[in-house]
Amino acid sequence: MKALSIRNLKKIYNNGFVALKGIDLDVEAGDFFALLGPNGAGKSTTIGIISSLVNATSGSVSIFGHDLRHDRARAKSCIGLVPQEVNFNQFETVKNILLNQAGYYGTPRKIALQRTEQCLKQMDLWDKRDMVSRRLSGGMKRRVMIARALVHAPKLLILDEPTAGVDIEIRRSMWKMMQEVNRQGTTIILTTHYLEEAESLCRNIAIINHGLIVENSDMASLLARLNIDYFVLDLAEPIDAVPVIEGYQIERVSDKVLNVGVPKEYGLNTLFKLLTERNIKVISLKNRTNRLEQLFMDLIDQESDESLQ
Amino acid sequence: MNHAIALRTIVKKEVQRFIRIWPQTLLPPAITTALYFLIFGKLIGDRIGTVGGASYMDYIVPGVILMSVISHSYANVVSSFYSTKFQRNIEELLVSPVPNWVILSGYVSGGIIRGLLVGLVVALISRVFADIAINNIAVTLSIAVLTATVFSLAGFINAVFADSFDDISIIPNFILTPLSYLGGVFYSVDMLPDVWQTVSLGNPILYMINAFRYGLIGVTDVDVTIAFVMTGGFSIVLILFSLFLLHKGVGIKN
Ligand SMILES: Nc1ncnc2c1ncn2[C@@H]1O[C@H](COP(=O)(O)OP(=O)(O)OP(=O)(O)O)[C@@H](O)[C@H]1O
Ligand SMILES: [Mg+2]
Repeated sequence: MKALSIRNLKKIYNNGFVALKGIDLDVEAGDFFALLGPNGAGKSTTIGIISSLVNATSGSVSIFGHDLRHDRARAKSCIGLVPQEVNFNQFETVKNILLNQAGYYGTPRKIALQRTEQCLKQMDLWDKRDMVSRRLSGGMKRRVMIARALVHAPKLLILDEPTAGVDIEIRRSMWKMMQEVNRQGTTIILTTHYLEEAESLCRNIAIINHGLIVENSDMASLLARLNIDYFVLDLAEPIDAVPVIEGYQIERVSDKVLNVGVPKEYGLNTLFKLLTERNIKVISLKNRTNRLEQLFMDLIDQESDESLQ
Repeated sequence: MNHAIALRTIVKKEVQRFIRIWPQTLLPPAITTALYFLIFGKLIGDRIGTVGGASYMDYIVPGVILMSVISHSYANVVSSFYSTKFQRNIEELLVSPVPNWVILSGYVSGGIIRGLLVGLVVALISRVFADIAINNIAVTLSIAVLTATVFSLAGFINAVFADSFDDISIIPNFILTPLSYLGGVFYSVDMLPDVWQTVSLGNPILYMINAFRYGLIGVTDVDVTIAFVMTGGFSIVLILFSLFLLHKGVGIKN
């Protein structure tokens, strides 16, 4: 069963700007899916069309088999949306925001009250239930939007940069929560600019750039495509000359810091052995960039190179 | 999908909104109309005598009530729907499976309820100044509801097209208020020169006010049936137009 199926989706905004140039995308039910791309790539436009906030110019979208054009009400019932920007009534209390949303989905009052309590507790907002939403902090507002999206127990949860501008503690708790929701069977589509977040949470991924999908695969095989890992080594003592070791790209950053490119087939053991032989003592190492970030940059750069030609 | 629950949710939200801000929504009409009754009805009215057989105070009460119904049903929907658009919480409705007719009914009901509630407040105040025995309750209530419906719908359409807070005050200030004053709230068209009598008959609000006046005190300048046909007709046209706008997503979808 596909949670989402998009075919040849195009969007031209009223001002003539072509935001989506014909994208195809499939998300399986139960997946935790990352939709990534640089600013202005078309992520929110895609999400807007899926969730009926933006009219598509052409193409088709179906959600759990319900075509958006012919069976919109059922398709809508399957979706919970956390939009990129705050869009609730700032003068309403937190509790009423959820109760109203449940009402719009036709949830009977009694169940709506239960669901509201459940979702607010899950988002750690129960003690803020009677607060006027305008008074909440930015991170709390985001959590209100997540709670609101969950109140009708959607089968597909779409989150448009839910962790932007949220402190690390809350971000971690959001990750936990998303994983929990996903484990309970809800399909999740997540957009984020924190690639390590996508890497650790998501099983499948699509990268969109200039309104086109430039990559769509599972995370593991995408990452496997990276054949060189980049590390930063901290050394115990300053070195005079950069060691030259066949197969490894080594650059000096400072006296006691080296950048090393390690091809997958060579691995780290040999590197350490050879460094030890040269009397270079490594105290610690870390990834220079996040691996997904590396790939992401490669793909996006490739794109812009091509568009320059 | 249970549309009754969605409708009730919207109506409740709308009513709670204007009740919550009652100093802006319910109090001002009470004060303004009390002043109308005092100044026009009492101080000036005593010198005017009777119009169409009714004391001047009795004559202006229906018009003042209906004028409040008009401006408040309009104001409620235009400001509520515009701020829903402006704050983008309209998106809460757009993502959920609420049909457009439920959205429209919900907002329009909110406007009708506010209009009628304000009308009731004004009617109660008028009892301090005039003692009116209702002539025809069915006409009174039905024309009030129809009028509130027409202007709630008009407010809705205004909000759909509005791009700024200025846009939601232009029509009330430059069209509704003048048309209401010229709609015979304070005078009978008989008092006007011939030309202006004819011109006045092109003003729909004149028919509504006279029908309402007929319902309350049995005095009217126009045929009440025409008033009903006209307000009913306006309601239908405005409903269809509003649904068309929602369907196209004008002003709310890209
Ligand atoms: N209403 C609009 N009218 C015209 N152009 C628009 C409109 N909304 C978005 N765009 C353009 O469409 C493109 C895609 O925008 P979109 O919001 O989908 O990007 P995004 O991938 O979500 O970016 P970000 O990461 O910054 O949120 C951008 O170039 C944007 O300027
Ligand atoms: Mg975006």
